[in-house]
Amino acid sequence: MFRNQYDTDVTTWSPAGRLFQVEYAMEAVKQGSAAIGLRSKTHIVLGCVNKANSELSSHQKKIFKVDDHIGVAIAGLTADGRVLSRYMRNECINYSFTYESPLPVGRLVVQLADKAQVCTQRSWKRPYGVGLLVAGLDESGAHLYYNCPSGNYFEYQAFAIGSRSQAAKTYLERRFENFADSSRDDLVKDALMAIRETLQGETLKSSICTVAVVGVGEPFHILDLETVQQMIDAFEIVGEQEGPAAEPDAAAAADQGGSTEEGVAPMDI
Amino acid sequence: MNFMASKQPENSLLGPEADSQRTLYPYVTGTSVVALKYKDGILMAADMGGSYGSTLRYKSVERMKSIGKHSLLGASGEISDFQEILRYLDELILYDNMWDDGNSLGPKEVHNYLTRVMYNRRNKFNPLWNSLVLGGVKNGQKYLGTVSMIGVNFEDNHVATGFGNHLARPILRQEWHENLSYEDGVRLLEKCMRVLLYRDRSAINKLQIAKITEEGTTISRPYSLKTYWEFSAFANPAQGAVGTW
Repeated sequence: MFRNQYDTDVTTWSPAGRLFQVEYAMEAVKQGSAAIGLRSKTHIVLGCVNKANSELSSHQKKIFKVDDHIGVAIAGLTADGRVLSRYMRNECINYSFTYESPLPVGRLVVQLADKAQVCTQRSWKRPYGVGLLVAGLDESGAHLYYNCPSGNYFEYQAFAIGSRSQAAKTYLERRFENFADSSRDDLVKDALMAIRETLQGETLKSSICTVAVVGVGEPFHILDLETVQQMIDAFEIVGEQEGPAAEPDAAAAADQGGSTEEGVAPMDI
Repeated sequence: MNFMASKQPENSLLGPEADSQRTLYPYVTGTSVVALKYKDGILMAADMGGSYGSTLRYKSVERMKSIGKHSLLGASGEISDFQEILRYLDELILYDNMWDDGNSLGPKEVHNYLTRVMYNRRNKFNPLWNSLVLGGVKNGQKYLGTVSMIGVNFEDNHVATGFGNHLARPILRQEWHENLSYEDGVRLLEKCMRVLLYRDRSAINKLQIAKITEEGTTISRPYSLKTYWEFSAFANPAQGAVGTW
């Protein structure tokens, strides 16, 4: 994307009917490190790549527990993500207190989307620069949603966001039809494989990724390092290229930046 | 040294002027509500009387109403406060329906919402002067709970308000069991209501029985219980108490 005379304010439309500030916010999501989510009928797994800036520092927290039945993985401006997680936790706990019942994910996601939309329609605000993969359980089953800086939200069987997410998406696209009936462990395995896809050849180890699970009878929790490493070793994922190694390069170029030259508004995804 | 005289802030509800802003005593009241869980759901009974002090002034007051798809609310105490609660719940259910997303508030959620409302009003010294019974069925799960005007709430297999606690609950403790049939449940409730009719002077002989199951709510037409006044103990009641009437 190039600078133009309509991109200074979020409240300025371009002649082609685009809000460039919102699209730039979605760019920020694409630059963040990858986060993926996938679900079966009874479980949802969230995973993300956690690279520390240097050997001296710790890595940023990108997966947050929002309630026993809801968790979120973020990509983009992690500070914005942290603030939104706090909002989500607040909404959940207030609902639980009043109704003694867990807040349905679908409603939380709409509230979050409406909050993001406000920032696209105030001249003194800016859009949140973070994409959220919201995983949650409610009466109607397991759900995975993606919330965008634009204020849109979508439900997914599986999805990936952040840098090099196209590789993970390609992997998930090939396998998603089986997810609905997958066992919990198979789902975690698929998540780890999808994370590995985004690493482009780097060795997958538990120190650079985080995995979290929520399911029927299993409250949301982040798996600890030993468990994740054991699963990686058990599935012999380390170092193996499965074939889609060739695809990510071509797909990655199309992923970043997008086809925005010609006045065609990019899709949220 | 200056001592600031401590006094109530202008907008509090305590102090003589503010008494017109909060509920001090009830005026038109309903008496007991009795309810129990049975095989298919909940059965609830309440008479149709609205007393004005010791006068049985209104005799067609419906003290049980269905709430949303899954709940039934019965109330004793101040009738106008009950109507206010129905307005709160109407709004609650409306917003719940407006989500239009397949989720709906069940009896447990409504009960807890009411508990919050009652307790918060009590904390402001401006209570809704009611004892409420909330029953319902959702996804096959039966629920029956009660909230008082001070926010005391609990669930049980059978609940009652007011005099019902003293006269009906003992009967229910003896005779209630799991999986009562509809007929047995109604018979049990009528037994309780009859005792209340004999012994509670604010009870009238015109009652409704409501049933809520997974399929929905039905509130019966008003009817009366058969009573028997030929008990020997009722004959010559003034015998042992000189000067009574």
